[in-house]
Amino acid sequence: MTEFKVIGKPIPRHDAWEKAFGLTSYAADFSLPGMLYGKVLRSKVPSARILSIDTSKAERLAGVKAVLTAKDVPQNESVTRFGQTHAIGGGFEGLYRVLADKRVHYAGEPVALVAAETEKIAEKALGLIRVEYQPLPGVFDPLEAMRPDAPQVEEGKANIITHYEVVKGDVEEGFSQSDVIVENTYRVPFVDHAYMEPESGVAWIDENGVIVIRVSTQVIEHFRGVADVLRLPHNRVRVIGTYVGGGFGGKEDITVESFLALLTRKTGRPVKLTYTREESILCHSKRHPYVMTYKTGAKKDGRLTALQARLVSDAGAYVYLSPWVLLYSMVNAAGPYRIPHVRVDGHTVLTNTIFTSANRGFGAPQVCFAYESQMDELAKKLRIDPVEIRKINYLKKGEALATGQVLEHHVGLEETTDRAACALGERPRGKGPIKIGRNIASGMTSYGKMVFLHDTSRSYVSMEMDGSVTIRAGIQDIGGGQASSLCQIVAEVLGVPLEDVKIYIADTALTPLSGTTTATRQLYMSGNATLMAAHGVRKTLLRKASEMMKVDPDRLDLADREVIDQEGTGKTLSLTDVVKACASDGLPLYHVALFKAPTRNLTKYERIEGDVFPDFTFGTHAADVAVDEETGKVEVLKLVSCYDVGTAINPLSVEGQVEGGAVYGMGYGLTEEVLLEQGVIKTPSFSEYLLPTSMDVPEMETLLLESGDGVGPFGAKGIGEPSVCSVAPAICNAVCDAVGARVFDLPLTPEKVVKVLRAKNRTG
Amino acid sequence: MKTLKTYPLELSVNGEWKKTEVSPEETLLHVLREKLGHNEVKEGCGKGDCGACAVLLDGKAVNACLTLALQAHRQKVVTLKGIGTQEKPHPLQESFVRRGAIQCGFCTAGMIVSAKALLDEKPDPTRDEIRRSISGNLCRCTGYKKIIEAIEEAARKLKRSR
Repeated sequence: MTEFKVIGKPIPRHDAWEKAFGLTSYAADFSLPGMLYGKVLRSKVPSARILSIDTSKAERLAGVKAVLTAKDVPQNESVTRFGQTHAIGGGFEGLYRVLADKRVHYAGEPVALVAAETEKIAEKALGLIRVEYQPLPGVFDPLEAMRPDAPQVEEGKANIITHYEVVKGDVEEGFSQSDVIVENTYRVPFVDHAYMEPESGVAWIDENGVIVIRVSTQVIEHFRGVADVLRLPHNRVRVIGTYVGGGFGGKEDITVESFLALLTRKTGRPVKLTYTREESILCHSKRHPYVMTYKTGAKKDGRLTALQARLVSDAGAYVYLSPWVLLYSMVNAAGPYRIPHVRVDGHTVLTNTIFTSANRGFGAPQVCFAYESQMDELAKKLRIDPVEIRKINYLKKGEALATGQVLEHHVGLEETTDRAACALGERPRGKGPIKIGRNIASGMTSYGKMVFLHDTSRSYVSMEMDGSVTIRAGIQDIGGGQASSLCQIVAEVLGVPLEDVKIYIADTALTPLSGTTTATRQLYMSGNATLMAAHGVRKTLLRKASEMMKVDPDRLDLADREVIDQEGTGKTLSLTDVVKACASDGLPLYHVALFKAPTRNLTKYERIEGDVFPDFTFGTHAADVAVDEETGKVEVLKLVSCYDVGTAINPLSVEGQVEGGAVYGMGYGLTEEVLLEQGVIKTPSFSEYLLPTSMDVPEMETLLLESGDGVGPFGAKGIGEPSVCSVAPAICNAVCDAVGARVFDLPLTPEKVVKVLRAKNRTG
Repeated sequence: MKTLKTYPLELSVNGEWKKTEVSPEETLLHVLREKLGHNEVKEGCGKGDCGACAVLLDGKAVNACLTLALQAHRQKVVTLKGIGTQEKPHPLQESFVRRGAIQCGFCTAGMIVSAKALLDEKPDPTRDEIRRSISGNLCRCTGYKKIIEAIEEAARKLKRSR
C-alpha cells in the first residue's frame, strides 16, 4: 500500500451530505411520545447559604410532574476522577455535585429541577420555587483567593487546589549569564466555547428498564458517573451520543445528563432538556483566565539562557479539569525552545465564579500568548529579527523539553516559520492614522491524553457478505470529521470505495468504547484502533485468498473490491468470492481492536518531569494587521497558518480544523471575553459576547506541513486544538510591530490599544 | 394557567400549504419546529444573534426566532429542505459539502438560506457581498473561509447553468 487511494484525498464527508440536506437529527431535534420538558433552577447569587427551598407551589401547578432538589438525588456528591481509568492521586480529583445543597458557590449553580408537560409550564414552575438565601462573602479574584484570610469557596477546604513546579537547572544562574532580561505580567480572560448548538438531550427508560440518554456530548462515557448519581449499576445507564453541534471542550464535562436521568427516573416518562443560549453561557465551563508573570533572559546573540514563570489560573467554584489544564500549561510554559535554566510555578485556585475546564487548547494557548510575547520583546531589545531569534532557539527532534521529555518525533518549526512568514507576501502600506504591522508566533500543543492516564480506544470492523463494511466505534463526532476519518482509514486498508463503508458511533451499549472526543485524541487513538481492526479483517481475507489463488499472501493486495496478485499476471479475485469462502469456512470477518497509548506513571505529584504526552504538534502563525492609532481598532488583514499535521488523512477536514482554529484564536486575541461583576456573568448573549463574524475574518492562507512523523495512523499528528495555539500572540506581536507598544492583556480591545498608545506617547 | 387566545395560521412551507392554530406570541421558529416538524431549522440563540434559524419568508431571509408566526400568515416559507433535497440538490448544498464548508453543521441551514437569498437577488455577487450576506450567521467551526468559497462556487455553477 504505497500509493493511497483514499487516505490523503479531500473527500467530502458522509455527515456533511446529511447536514446539507437537513437530515441530521441533533439532540434537540429528537422527541418521543409522552415526552416531558425539563428545566433547571439556577442560583442568581455567587455565594450564599440556602436557608430553605419551598417547592410546594411549583408542585401544585397543573402539568408539573416532578420538582427535585438535592435531597431527591440518590448520590448528590461524588468524588470524581474525571474519566481516569487509572487512579493517580488526590490532586486530580474533584467534587461533582449535582444540585446545590445548603449553599451555593457560584451564580448559575443548579439548585432544583422541574419536569412538566410543556416547556412553558416548566418555566413557570421554576418561578414558583422559593429559595431563601443568606448571602455570604465571596472571592472573585484568584490572587485574592490565595490569601490565607480569603473566604473559602468550599467550606473547610483550601482555595488553592494544586501547586506544580517544573525545574530545570538553576534559573538564578541562568539570569546571571543573561545579557538582556525581559519581565512582564500577562492576563487572559474567561472565554466561552460558543458552540452553535446549546446543550440538549432526551432521556427515557427502555423496555429493559435501562435509562437511555440521547445527548450532545464529547464524552458518552459519563454513563458511569450518571449511574453513580442514581446509585445504579453502570450497565443500567446507556448514553447515545448525537452528532454534536460543536464542542470545543465545553461538552466534555457532564451537562444535562444527570438532570435528565433523575427526571425520567422520577416520572417514568421521556424528558427533554435543552438550554437556552443564555443558560448555556451562564452555566457551562469557561476557558481558564490566567495571570502569568514571565521573566526571560538571553545572550546578545539571541540564545535563551533562562525562563521563569509564575502561573495562576482561576478554577472557578468547582475543580473539574483545572489541575489537568494547569499541568498542560506547565509542560508548555517554556514553549518549544531550548532553554538551559527553567523554573515554572503554577497554582490553580477556587473562586466564587463559573467553573473553568476544558476549552480548545487546554492550557496551551494561555502560556503561548505569554512566551511568544516574551520572545518578541527579546527580539526587539536585541534588535534581532523575530524569525531569527526563534530559529536560534527552537528545539529539534531528539532534544528535550524543560520537563525532560525528549521530542522523539518531527519538530518542524523552522519550516513552518519560514513558510508562514514568507506567505504574507508584500507588506501592505498604512495611511494616516492606520499603521501596519506584521509578525509571527509559534506554538506547540500535545495530542493524546497524558500518558499516566493509561488511555485506550476500541474499534470494531466487519465485512458483510456483499463486501460492504461496518465500523462500530464509540467515538463522538463533534464536527471535526471524527467519524468519516475512520471510514477513510478502513476503505484504504480493505480496498473498497468510501461509499461501501458505514459507521455506527457513540453508543455505550452497542459500540466498543473509544474514549472521549477531547485532547485531540480521536484520530490518534481511535484511528490507530480502527487501523488495527481493519488490518485484522484484511489478514483473514488475504490468507483465504492466498489459498484460493495459490500464491503467497504477501503478494496480494486489496483494491477496488478485488484481491490483486501484485506480481506475475496481476490476477484478481472478487472480494465477495473471498468473503463467501471465509463465511463457509467459519472464519471471522470481523475484528475488534484495542489501541493502548504508551503509558508511564507519575513519579512525583507536584514536580512535573519526564514523559507526559505521547507527542506534540508544532507550527506557526503569521499575521498582517492594520491598527487605527486614533480609535485603537485592530483589523487583521492576513493570517497565515502553517502547522505540521504529520499526514493529512482528509485535507478538507484538516484545513477546516486549521482555518476554524485560526478564527477561534483570532476571537481570543481581539474580542472574546466573558465579563463578570462580583461573580455574575454580564455577557450572556452573542450581542455581548463577541464572536468573529464573516465580516471580521481576514484573508487566510492555510499551509499544511506533512512530515509523516506523527504517532497517529499513517503518521498523522493531531491538529484540532493545536491550530488555535499561536494565533493570539501572532496578532498581538503584529500590533506591537505596527504601533510600537504592547498590550499585555487579552483581548486587544480598542480601549486597551488606545491606552498603551497614550502611555507610549507620554513617555515618548 | 391562563392561556392566550389562539388564531388560525395558514402558511406554505416548502411549497406545501399548512394550517395550524397559534397564539399571538408564538414565533415562526417554534411553529416550524414544534408544530410542523421542520427540525432542519435550528435554534442557536432565540434572539436573532446567530442566524441558525434563518428561513426565506416570501424570498427574503429572516430569523425565524424574531418573526411571529402570525407575520407569516398566508405567506411562503422556504427552509433548507425546500432549497434542495438528496434527490435534487441545490448547487449551494453540493458546494458546501464538496468545499468542506460543513463541520458540525449546526449553522449550515441558516448559512445556505442566507446564501440562497443573496444569489436569488444577485447572481454574480462579489466576495464582499457574500461576506455581508452571511454576516448575521455565526459559525464557530470553519472560520468562514470555506463557506465563502462554497457560495462563490455555487454562484459560478448557477451562472453556467442559466
